[in-house]
Amino acid sequence: MIISAFLLALFIMAPIVGVDLPSQITNVINRFSWNAVLVLAMVPMVHSGCGLNFGLPLGIVSGLLGATLSLEFGFTGPLSFIMAAVIATPFAIVLGLGYGALLNRIKGGEMMIATYVGFSSVSFMCMMWLLLPYHKADMVWGLSGKGLRTTISLEGYYDKVLSNFLQINIGKISIPVGALLLFALLAFAMWAFLHTKTGTAMTAVGSNPTFAKAAGIKVNKIRMLSVVMSTWLAAIGILVYVQGFGFIQLYMAPFYMALPAVSAILIGGASVNKATIMNVIIGTILFQGIVTMTPTVMNSVIHTDMSEVIRVIASQGMILYALTRRSEVTR
Amino acid sequence: MITDEDGRQMSQKAPLLEMKNIQKEFFGNQVLTDINLILKEGEVLGLVGENGAGKSTLMKILFGMDVIRDTGGYGGDILLNGEKTDFKTPFEALAAGIGMVHQEFSLIPGFTATENILLNREPKKHSVISEVFGERLDVLNRKQMTEKADTSIEKMGVKIDGSMVIHDMPVGHKQFTEIARELSKDQLKLLILDEPTAVLTEKEAEALLDSIRGMASRGIAVIFITHRLQEILDVCDRVVVMRDGYVVQDVLSKETNVTEITRWMVGRNVDTAAKAEIRDNPDAPITMSIRNLWVDMPGETVRNVTLDVREGEILGIGGLAGQGKLGIPNGIMGLYDAGGEVILRGQRIPLNEPRACLNASMAFVSEDRRGVGLLLDETLEWNIAFPAMQIQNKFLKPYLGGLIKWRDEKAIHDITQRYIDELAIKCTSSKQKAKELSGGNQQKVCLAKAFALEPGFLFVSEPTRGIDVGAKALVLEALKKFNRESGVTIVMISSELEELRQTCDRIAIVSGGKVAGILPATESAEQFGLLMISQVK
Repeated sequence: MIISAFLLALFIMAPIVGVDLPSQITNVINRFSWNAVLVLAMVPMVHSGCGLNFGLPLGIVSGLLGATLSLEFGFTGPLSFIMAAVIATPFAIVLGLGYGALLNRIKGGEMMIATYVGFSSVSFMCMMWLLLPYHKADMVWGLSGKGLRTTISLEGYYDKVLSNFLQINIGKISIPVGALLLFALLAFAMWAFLHTKTGTAMTAVGSNPTFAKAAGIKVNKIRMLSVVMSTWLAAIGILVYVQGFGFIQLYMAPFYMALPAVSAILIGGASVNKATIMNVIIGTILFQGIVTMTPTVMNSVIHTDMSEVIRVIASQGMILYALTRRSEVTR
Repeated sequence: MITDEDGRQMSQKAPLLEMKNIQKEFFGNQVLTDINLILKEGEVLGLVGENGAGKSTLMKILFGMDVIRDTGGYGGDILLNGEKTDFKTPFEALAAGIGMVHQEFSLIPGFTATENILLNREPKKHSVISEVFGERLDVLNRKQMTEKADTSIEKMGVKIDGSMVIHDMPVGHKQFTEIARELSKDQLKLLILDEPTAVLTEKEAEALLDSIRGMASRGIAVIFITHRLQEILDVCDRVVVMRDGYVVQDVLSKETNVTEITRWMVGRNVDTAAKAEIRDNPDAPITMSIRNLWVDMPGETVRNVTLDVREGEILGIGGLAGQGKLGIPNGIMGLYDAGGEVILRGQRIPLNEPRACLNASMAFVSEDRRGVGLLLDETLEWNIAFPAMQIQNKFLKPYLGGLIKWRDEKAIHDITQRYIDELAIKCTSSKQKAKELSGGNQQKVCLAKAFALEPGFLFVSEPTRGIDVGAKALVLEALKKFNRESGVTIVMISSELEELRQTCDRIAIVSGGKVAGILPATESAEQFGLLMISQVK
């Protein structure tokens, strides 16, 4: 509530202090389209009672493997995006299975362990990005000819393939329809899944595992499924993100991806055990809206360029705010 | 001068403890009504009653436990030596000379008996350091500790090595250590023993009874709670029998006997044999036979149960708490580790697999309503339809030519509405969340959930626990109706004998993890009572 009021206030203030409102709106929509799938990845694990997926970087890493391998194998244009998703899938499934098996052994402490799974997977991949035998000249360090660069440009590959697909321009506002469509498709699939028998079982497992066990459900299997789904969605999510952003960021970049997604879904009104698609949409708009708007509006107000400082304060502050709002359900 | 004299005389005459019109309710449930109790110095009082009769609540009130104040305090007065007291915390009760030994041990396993006995009351030695930094840095006076501990152990008339570490001790010695701890308090005037002999062997129990007599002769009053009635008669001066929150009898123990006490314990209408519609049909085929079942359920261990259930009957399983009656359904339905053999209609049911039991058209209404029975955060519709959906693929509607199956919200709504009407579940709508209902209505939802499975065999565990009298009758009626009309065999587990006798055809009594005996429900309450307290070899 407070957050929506604040965002609204920012939108009203923007033209007054001389910020270009249409470009800001474009910005917010764009950022929504980049991030929404990552936030959606929270949903299955919340439903199965594994809590918020702080281990998102694990899925992101699989996505990045797909993203880079697709380039390495020489795919270009829109096809390279599809291939990236295809290649990322087996990684996401295998890593998700391992991650799920781990989480099944530490019931009750999922979120803490997940955080460290995320962190350590990022650190491990920091080594792998250097050691894996990539050769594509666009991606490796120029001097040594081996090891991936920290930032890889996607120009000529799948830079904005989704965003430019069916893009609509109204005045200065442009809407990345393709990316939004993909999110809509995934969100609908998730919604549909939660209406099936297995989806219902997943919600019940999250709501009361003993009840589910007494109703003959294999609790561990359902939890495993949710973790794999979450990891795969994170992989797809990062692909959508990099195509919109235009660059693949490796090494420490995935480190910071989990908290904004967690915060977004919490601000959207989800709890640790309950989350809906609406929570995802509202939360992502609010979170990304604030993070995009605050720095620019503040800059214009105080007439100094402090955008980076303010951006950090705003986004971390949002995370802090969201985590304090974390509510548990009755047992 | 005169008043002073009078005052002293008064206090000499006043009994050590007097409880007047004690009342207590938990969330609108009256659990104690007008309890009056008088205890003189050096008197041993036996307190007996079925589970839930209110014994522990009464003792908690006396001891000033937090849970009493958290749930709204109590009514009535407690007089100690003629003075009105109201303990806010157990510490105040301890300071006033009341000691309590609980059913569960509260000892530190890694400490020796001596250390446990004198914990936080150790004799101390000053040292240079403590002179400077205060008494928190005093050193323990080991020698004096040993002496003190030994005297209090001696008071009980048993031999325990004070330097032995608690976790190396047999249970009996742990129990004695607990009692020694209370005895080592110089101000001790009243000692409450809550089922101290439950874990003791016969010989140890005897030693304990001896030490109780010893304490009494030194002027310490004892309240002794136990299920072993013979012990009461052996050691107590007076017996107080409680039932449903009332004191029903207060007699000298030499004027009564075990049978009489049992009768007071179990029910007022001892002679009214259970209702007429009870059928006992020895020729009915056996539906389920249980052979040598063991179940590892904490606090309700089943050791060796062999039991036959006949087609179409309602079999009751009764017994005191902790004897294993709850373990039987929980073990068979796969919620706790179990072993043995269960055969349903000639088919062997694999244990430890909830799904297999459910597939064999068995259903279970758990005693743990909130923990196992319900999805508290979900709607009634989900609660009632969920197991049937998962196990029998009911309430699913195919879309896209059967490619995908979604919940059939309408069918779910219809069935929920049907059970809401049939069982008179009080709720705002079928979309209300389960946690918002009262206990009785939640129980009905649990029943509806089981009924929706249309089982051929139903386990119902403690169906009336924690619900009020009106709801109780409705729940029992619904069960009976389900049995009589659909011919479903029901096994009902309950701690309330009276309720079993009203509802069931035959009743098995479980004691010590084994079946002590099976009697037709028309048998007298005394017979059941005897089975409950019997020790099955």
